Amino acid sequence: MNEASQGQQQNGDPPALAVEGVRYAFGRHVAVEEVGFTLAPGSFTVLLGLNGAGKTTLFSLITRLYATRVGRIRIFGHDVARAPTRALDHLGVVFQQPTLDQDLTVAQSLRYHGALHGLSRRTISERAREELARIGLADRIGQKVGTLSGGERRRIEIARALLHRPRLLLLDEPTVGLDVDSRRALLQHVRRLCRDDGVAVLWATHLIDEIEPDDGLLVLHQGRLKASGTVARVCDEQAAADVAGAFQRLTAAAAA
Amino acid sequence: MTAAVYLRCLGGIVEREALRFLHQRTRFLAALVRPLVWLFIFAAGFRAILGVSIVSPYETYILYEEYITPGLMVMILLFNGMQSSLSMVYDREMGSMKTLLVSPLPRWYLLTCKLLAGSLVSLIQVYLFLAIAWLWAIEPPLLGYLTVLPALLLSAMMLGALGLLLSSFVKQLENFAGVMNFVIFPMFFASSALYPLWRIKESSVALYRIASLNPFTHAVELTRHALYMKLDPVSLAVVVGCLIGFMALAVVGYDPARGMMARRGAPDA
Repeated sequence: MNEASQGQQQNGDPPALAVEGVRYAFGRHVAVEEVGFTLAPGSFTVLLGLNGAGKTTLFSLITRLYATRVGRIRIFGHDVARAPTRALDHLGVVFQQPTLDQDLTVAQSLRYHGALHGLSRRTISERAREELARIGLADRIGQKVGTLSGGERRRIEIARALLHRPRLLLLDEPTVGLDVDSRRALLQHVRRLCRDDGVAVLWATHLIDEIEPDDGLLVLHQGRLKASGTVARVCDEQAAADVAGAFQRLTAAAAA
Repeated sequence: MTAAVYLRCLGGIVEREALRFLHQRTRFLAALVRPLVWLFIFAAGFRAILGVSIVSPYETYILYEEYITPGLMVMILLFNGMQSSLSMVYDREMGSMKTLLVSPLPRWYLLTCKLLAGSLVSLIQVYLFLAIAWLWAIEPPLLGYLTVLPALLLSAMMLGALGLLLSSFVKQLENFAGVMNFVIFPMFFASSALYPLWRIKESSVALYRIASLNPFTHAVELTRHALYMKLDPVSLAVVVGCLIGFMALAVVGYDPARGMMARRGAPDA
C-alpha cells in the first residue's frame, strides 16, 4: 500500500486531505483502485498522471460529486461522505473545464459563487476586490467573463475558489489550453498562495515541467497510485535522475 | 449553517437564473411562440367545432380560446421544466453543475433552489403570455392573476421535478427528442388542457381514466380554478404530492457520474 506522502502533522493536527483505500468503478471499468495518501496543511503536491489515469475521478470523489462507496476521504478531519458540509467548507476547487458563465460579469460570477457558500454580499464584494487585486485583475470586475482571455479566466476561477477562504485548494489540470506565459504566471500565483497563505494545494497535471524539486509528488497510473513522497524520494526509489525518468519507469513497469 | 446561509444561497441561484434570463431574452420570447400559435390558430380553428358547455370553474358559456388558456399556461411550464432539467444533463457534464454541487449545502437543497429559480423564470413567461392573451380578449378576473400565482409555482416545481427525475435516466442531451415524443406530447394531449374530461369520457373511458390520473391534468385544473379564484382541492393534493414524490426520487437518483459512463467509459483526462 502507498504510504503517506507528506506524513502526519507533528502536533496532531488532522491532515489537509486524507484519502484511504478509495476505489471507484464505472460499471465494469475501474477508474481508481486502492488509492490512499495524505496531504499536510500548507503543502504543495502534484498529482501526476497521463490522460485517463484517474485524476478527474479522484477529484470528483474528493469534491463529493461522486459518492465514495469504497474507502474514506477526509478534509481536515471531516469525512466527505458523513459530514460533507464541514468538509466542503474547507475546500476550494478549480475544475478542468472552465465553469464561468460567459454572459455574467466578473463581479456577478463571484457573487454567485460566494452565495453558494452562504457568504454575505458585503463579505463577497470585499473579498472579491481583494482577490482580484492580488491577481492583477481589479479593473476587470465589471467586465463580462466572455471578454477575458483564457489565462485571465483561469485566474478568476482561482480567485473564485478562494472566496470562502478554504485551506485546501484542488486544481485539475488548470493550465490546459494556456500559453507558456500564462501557464508560468498561474503556477507562480498558486505556489505563492501555498507559501504565503498556507493553503494546501493538490495540483493535477500530466506536464512534468510543472513540478519543482521540493514538491510532494503522487504518481497515478491506470487508476492506481504508483508512487508518493517528495520528488527526491520518488526519484531515488526509481533510481532515476529526474521526474521524467522516474515517471517513465513507474508507468512502463505497470504496462509490462 | 444558519438560515441566513441557506437564504443567501437561494438568492444567489435565483439571481444567476434571472441574469441568464435577461441575457437570453430572445430565446425566452421564442418559447412564447408555441402557446401563442395554439391560441391564435388552433383555438380559433376549433372554436366552431368544439362546443364547451359549462364546466367548473366557469359560470357561463365560454369560447374555446378561454378554455384552453390555462392548459397553454401549464404547457409553458411543462416545456420549460423539461428543458431546464434536461439542460442539467448538459451542465452535469460541463462545469456549471459541478460549481453548484461543491457548495457545502445539502444536495437536495441545491437542487430545490435550482428548480425554484427555473420555475420563477417560467412564471415570467406565463404572465407575458397572459398579457398577450388579454389583448386577444381573454380576460379572467383581475384578482385571478394573483390567485393563480401559487398554483403556477407549484405546477412549475412539480413539472420541473419530473424533468429532473427524467434527467437521471437520460444519458445525453440529444435524447430530448425522445422526451418530447414519449413524455411531453402524451402528457399534454391526454389531459384536460385541450378538452374537458367529460368530453374525453364520451369517446373513450380508458383515455378518460388515463387523463384523470395524469399529473398534468391536475396542474391544469389547479391553474384553471385558481385563475378564476377557485380552489380545486383534489388537484392541489395531487400536484403537491407529485412534487414531493418526484423531487424525493430525483434527489435520490441524482448522480453526477451518470452520463459519463455512456459517453466515454471513463470520465478522465
